[in-house]
Amino acid sequence: MKDTLDVEDKNATKVLQVQGVSKSFGSNQVLRDVSLDLNKGEVLCLLGPSGCGKSTLLRCMNWLETPDAGSIRLNSQRFGAHKGGAKMNDSDLARMRARIGMVFQHFALWPHLSVIGNIVESPIHVQKRDKKAAHEEALALLAKVGLQDKANMYPANLSGGQKQRVGIARALAMKPDVLLFDEPTSALDPMLVGEVLEVMHELAEEGSTMVVVTHEMEFARQVASRIIFMDGGEVVETGQPAQFFSAPQTEKAQQFLTRFHQRG
Amino acid sequence: MSPDDFVIVWQQYPAIWAGFLNTVTLLVFAGSTSLVLGIVLVPMLMSKKAVIHRSIGFYCECMRCVPFLLLVYLIYFGLPTFGIQLSNWVAGFIALIIYNSAYMAIILRAAWRDIPNETIEAGKAFGLHGSKLLIRIVMPLMLMRSTPVIGNQMTQILKDSAFLGIIAVSELTAVMNAIQATHFIPFASFLSAVLLYWLICLVIEFVTLIFIRYAEVRRA
Repeated sequence: MKDTLDVEDKNATKVLQVQGVSKSFGSNQVLRDVSLDLNKGEVLCLLGPSGCGKSTLLRCMNWLETPDAGSIRLNSQRFGAHKGGAKMNDSDLARMRARIGMVFQHFALWPHLSVIGNIVESPIHVQKRDKKAAHEEALALLAKVGLQDKANMYPANLSGGQKQRVGIARALAMKPDVLLFDEPTSALDPMLVGEVLEVMHELAEEGSTMVVVTHEMEFARQVASRIIFMDGGEVVETGQPAQFFSAPQTEKAQQFLTRFHQRG
Repeated sequence: MSPDDFVIVWQQYPAIWAGFLNTVTLLVFAGSTSLVLGIVLVPMLMSKKAVIHRSIGFYCECMRCVPFLLLVYLIYFGLPTFGIQLSNWVAGFIALIIYNSAYMAIILRAAWRDIPNETIEAGKAFGLHGSKLLIRIVMPLMLMRSTPVIGNQMTQILKDSAFLGIIAVSELTAVMNAIQATHFIPFASFLSAVLLYWLICLVIEFVTLIFIRYAEVRRA
């Protein structure tokens, strides 16, 4: 059984499996034995108060943080260890990471590359795809996020909302198995949040597999297939959005939502 | 001092020109080599392995604390004690390069540390790693962020090269010193030298400015 789990299975319905993940920074334990599965085409929203560990969990999913315990599997293939238990080297890890797209809170575009340069960087230099084809695909992705006229500009000349849409196009260009969003709108001007959420909404409707860490409750309510509510480094509640938002089962989730409604 | 002193100085223009060219050669060759070696050294300075970053760090600290003139003495007059006899030009180049490579490495390290972590992390998240991550993401940003300081270090190299007259490298300062000694016109000779160094500095600044313009929109 273990052997079959450690090799990649492109047809797996469970795209991402998190099993018993724990993580500490020094004496501060930020994740405690977290387990969850992500099915193909699902949009998972991670909610919870700041510092609850949701961003750290997301960063463990593509091994930007190494869990202290537990395992992460992408299409059944285990991160960090080969079949039989041998430790993965950097290039094996990089190859696995390249199958996951990530959108960062502060965009994290590469400022020395043009908009289109950012998008084709990984397809050309990591995935070794044909340059011309990669450029054509990048232009199509830019059209999709409404920025076809910005291809040759540099990130410094874009607004926050435009930067984040480029960030999304960059993630999509790798044709990833799953997209991770780390608070993609929390560094944005309230005026610019809408344009980014709109693109994410569209992706969800197209059936993209997504994990979204967010404080946008309305977005989570409309788009999520499942809500994971975290507090103190643990998954406290899991549920359908309709049920989670109208009748949360746990006291912590109730408190969180009450506080959110009072503020918003 | 009369204005005629300057006429006497500039009548020696073939010698001045030769010295000027030698100084420019020292600057261009030592400057570019130091920059390249700095680029090679900086990943070692940033290495996670303590043995590597400590030993390269120690070398950089040594260079930072040694007066350049003493380093030249050590290489040219000291090394023959161990049977290593270098010509004045070779000794001069080596001194300039090993001294300034350390400075370049320190300058570049500061720029590297200054790159937002998320930018480098994005490279990792998108599957870049090792030397490719360095070449595609870290190095370009590091160089663009340190352009003004690299330009400044080039003027330092230019001024360091003036010490090499001591070991009979016929650079600009040595040539002007010879002229003033022959004709007893120190003020006119040395002031002429100062003006020529200033001219080279203007060119360095101009070239630096071109790079800064290029980097401006790309380093944010």
